[in-house]
Amino acid sequence: MSDAIEHQHHPFLQHHFEDLGQQHEASTLGMWFFLTTEILFFGGVLCAYWIYRIMYPEAWGVAGELQNTLAGGINTLVLIISSLTMALAVRNAQLGSRMGTVAMLIATLIFGSVFLGIKSYEYHAHYVEGLFPGTAWHWNEIPALAPKVKLFMVFYWSMTGLHALHMIIGAGLLLWFIWRAWKGHFGPEYYGPVEVMGLYWHFVDIVWIFLFPFLYLIPHFKVPHV
Amino acid sequence: MSEHVQPQPHDPAPHVHVTPMSTYLLVFGALAIGTLLTWFASTVDLGMWNTPIALLIATTKACLVILFFMHVIHSTRLTWVVVIASFLWLGVLFVLTFADYLTRLWAIY
Repeated sequence: MSDAIEHQHHPFLQHHFEDLGQQHEASTLGMWFFLTTEILFFGGVLCAYWIYRIMYPEAWGVAGELQNTLAGGINTLVLIISSLTMALAVRNAQLGSRMGTVAMLIATLIFGSVFLGIKSYEYHAHYVEGLFPGTAWHWNEIPALAPKVKLFMVFYWSMTGLHALHMIIGAGLLLWFIWRAWKGHFGPEYYGPVEVMGLYWHFVDIVWIFLFPFLYLIPHFKVPHV
Repeated sequence: MSEHVQPQPHDPAPHVHVTPMSTYLLVFGALAIGTLLTWFASTVDLGMWNTPIALLIATTKACLVILFFMHVIHSTRLTWVVVIASFLWLGVLFVLTFADYLTRLWAIY
């Protein structure tokens, strides 16, 4: 009997951790280390964007006017709502509300999908306008600036594309988490995975918080520099 | 079954800090207002100030998300060190790169 009690531990406690508290701390910290690499990954692209923005202000100004600010703005709000529902999913897991966690994760997935839907609408419009660098490129309203506008669009597609890729990965993870939450895996003593999922989702939200002004709102404004 | 054998929870649970609903809603409200504000600021020509203002609003929004949605405000000091170090390295990336690119034209002045 005492033997049975000796081995009675949480089914999700990994053998290399002392207890669930330590496991929780380790997973959160590990996720932050991963997010450090992500911050520097996106940071590198942003840094290149700023250098070219300072070098080619006229082209950035023209290219900024080609963006659909309304779609970008709505998407920013949609993503912020999805961040709120993600935070509430973690809260529900902490409080041990199984259906609450499932519902908030589903809501996060829905808002994430709405974001990707609006994004694909924008992508399609840009493609039709000939703003996709490569053979599909045929934007030539200001011939002298066209190559530099194309450079802006390279940044636009790669930055929003990398962001959308993170969203798609996040949506896949959410599906898995909805299933796990439905199975009742999470609760006050074991909500670490939902917390880590939340860290990822909020990070992706933060990336967009910067991409929205950089790509849609301020490209046409002067950058104070030396 | 003898009554003195109580199943003891073997594993101390993680320290749970449940953020009040009101905090989440307030932060959400601030993020939504920030989004509208940054859009509005971009419709007004403030000369050289448009870019710094947009950066300031975006940074404030990011800080709110990191502190409250990502629970860093209630995290261990070790987590704080990692988070701050991330942005320190980001700063190194930007400062050193700009120190090169933004001063290249100085040679011809």
